[in-house]
Amino acid sequence: MSDVLVIGAGPAGLHAASRALDAGAEVTVLDAHDLVGGQFWRHLPDDRAAADEAQLHHGWKSFQQLRVRLEEHPRCRVLTGTEVWAIEPEEHGAAARVHALSGPSGALRREEVLLTPERLVLATGAHDRVLPFPGWDLPGVFSAGAAQALAKAERVAVGERVLVAGAGPFLLATAASLIATGATVVGVHEAAGPSALCRGWLSRPWELASSARKLTELAAYVTGHLRHRIPYVAGSAVIAAEGNGRVESVRVTRLDRDWRPVARTERDIAVDAVAVSHGFTPRLELAIAAGCAITADRFVAVDARQATTVPGVYAAGELTGIGGMALSAVEGAIAGLEAAGGVIPRQLLAERARQRAFAIRLERAHGIRPGWTDWLCDDTTICRCEDVPFGALSLTEGATQSLRAAKLSTRAGLGSCQGRTCGRTVEEILRQSPGLLGTTTTDQRPIAAPVRLGEFARE
Amino acid sequence: MVSRRMPPAADPTRPPSDVPITITLDGTPYTGTAGQTLAGVLLGAGRLSWRTSPGGASRGVFCGIGVCFDCIATVNDACDVRLCQRRAVDGDRVVSQGLDAPLPLRSAGTRPAHGVADV
Ligand SMILES: Cc1cc2nc3c(=O)[nH]c(=O)nc-3n(C[C@H](O)[C@H](O)[C@H](O)COP(=O)(O)OP(=O)(O)OC[C@H]3O[C@@H](n4cnc5c(N)ncnc54)[C@H](O)[C@@H]3O)c2cc1C
Ligand code: FES
Repeated sequence: MSDVLVIGAGPAGLHAASRALDAGAEVTVLDAHDLVGGQFWRHLPDDRAAADEAQLHHGWKSFQQLRVRLEEHPRCRVLTGTEVWAIEPEEHGAAARVHALSGPSGALRREEVLLTPERLVLATGAHDRVLPFPGWDLPGVFSAGAAQALAKAERVAVGERVLVAGAGPFLLATAASLIATGATVVGVHEAAGPSALCRGWLSRPWELASSARKLTELAAYVTGHLRHRIPYVAGSAVIAAEGNGRVESVRVTRLDRDWRPVARTERDIAVDAVAVSHGFTPRLELAIAAGCAITADRFVAVDARQATTVPGVYAAGELTGIGGMALSAVEGAIAGLEAAGGVIPRQLLAERARQRAFAIRLERAHGIRPGWTDWLCDDTTICRCEDVPFGALSLTEGATQSLRAAKLSTRAGLGSCQGRTCGRTVEEILRQSPGLLGTTTTDQRPIAAPVRLGEFARE
Repeated sequence: MVSRRMPPAADPTRPPSDVPITITLDGTPYTGTAGQTLAGVLLGAGRLSWRTSPGGASRGVFCGIGVCFDCIATVNDACDVRLCQRRAVDGDRVVSQGLDAPLPLRSAGTRPAHGVADV
């Protein structure tokens, strides 16, 4: 019997664990959060569970079935509140050495967990990518994921009059949750213009028809919007947030097809919160530490069976490409079966192909275009941890030759979040100027989660 | 005109009625319901920010999922706790952090090591 460790209990990880059980493996699934479900099924804790929580979720019933199955299965161990802070490659039969700490987040004393599984499935998901704009660091500006997590798992609305902006269908999901939490959504501003949306979504409709589940989900959001008469503005972005100590208004503007602001189309809208997301960045650090190869477009490289370049290590979900819950789930299922030595049914491969086609449309319609840097000003904060303004980065052009040098001279990306929030933005800004040489990225983080020196010392 | 928690009686998802818990931020009490995170209690009570960035700007929750570290504060004498990841317990003492804030336990023994690892 093989033993399989799954890191991440979102749609990908839960399906991986369940399928690995089907194939007879001994399974451990762990997650830093103290509840399973990942970002998609972020929910209220058991002692506060709502009678009609399904209203806030798609696929809630299948999530409950998965969860109960894993929790009750004699060959499965579910470790929540367990954060992996390092992974080392392993030579003696195991896929990797996984170091985790278990206990309340940030507590002084957490329990050490060391695992050396035969097979490892990485399913650590992604976080929002938010492009900076003047005022994006004012209180009241949230990532759309934060607005979503607070609505679903806290029943907290980030504001009363909220504007949702950025790119992608996730904005619609966020608007729907905000409404269900009592907020007024004053508008959804999608950066992709009408022609990009038509090219992405209306071409080859026969392909789309096969991802029926996705379409129903989108249709539900869209009809929800109509019912609430929320303006959906395509080809538009928030280019500034203003207010005294907190957001009081945002400036929106039309964008051209490259996401460059169109002159004289600005208008101000009074809000008390903004929820912004321009896409997602995969959480690659554990995969990189395990030695997995990364593709040119910065996802974990996997073969048809979700195997990475490291023997015994598999990856699934948003780590291997951004395509929403259904793609994560089917990749997880394939990875779990394969890790446990099971047989992969043809339907799963076909379903993955359908969902990947959907992901390609998503990127084609909503992918970030280079013109957005035009809305930055010299004093716009780029690195939130270290307060590094855009001006400091553009000044480094001539003087610095590498990302590393730029980071060291400005401190961008060297703060507490280790460049998770600003890293790709810093890279993009430096790449737009000819001075940057070298191919290093901001993805490497040998220590994946904060560990106190005291916790090290006890080893 | 601020962030707030939906009262259970008005909530279409029908959560159970509140089990009040009270935490303090720099000595000021904030009440939420059992099962919330510390960030959830503060935002739910209309408090948007609690940290000061090196340049003096206010920070609260940004990513909501433990990635950005905007929301860190000292909790029961342990510094740099991400409030969006930490369940609130009745009586928790939160002290805000920033350049000018008191740094009660910033000794080598409790300072997270991640900052040093990147360079
Ligand atoms: C905040 C947020 C909210 C979202 N909400 C929605 C939504 O409502 N609707 C929608 O269609 N899409 C949503 N998305 C997009 C979402 O990422 C995907 O739809 C889906 O959740 C991806 O599934 P996954 O299994 O690949 O990853 P995830 O669901 O992201 O699961 C990854 C899991 O890995 C865990 N993890 C990561 N690193 C570690 C570590 N070092 N140690 C231990 N555990 C770790 C995380 O805690 C997480 O639970 C959201 C994304 C974000 C960032
Ligand atoms: S809000 Fe980003 S870590 Fe808590």
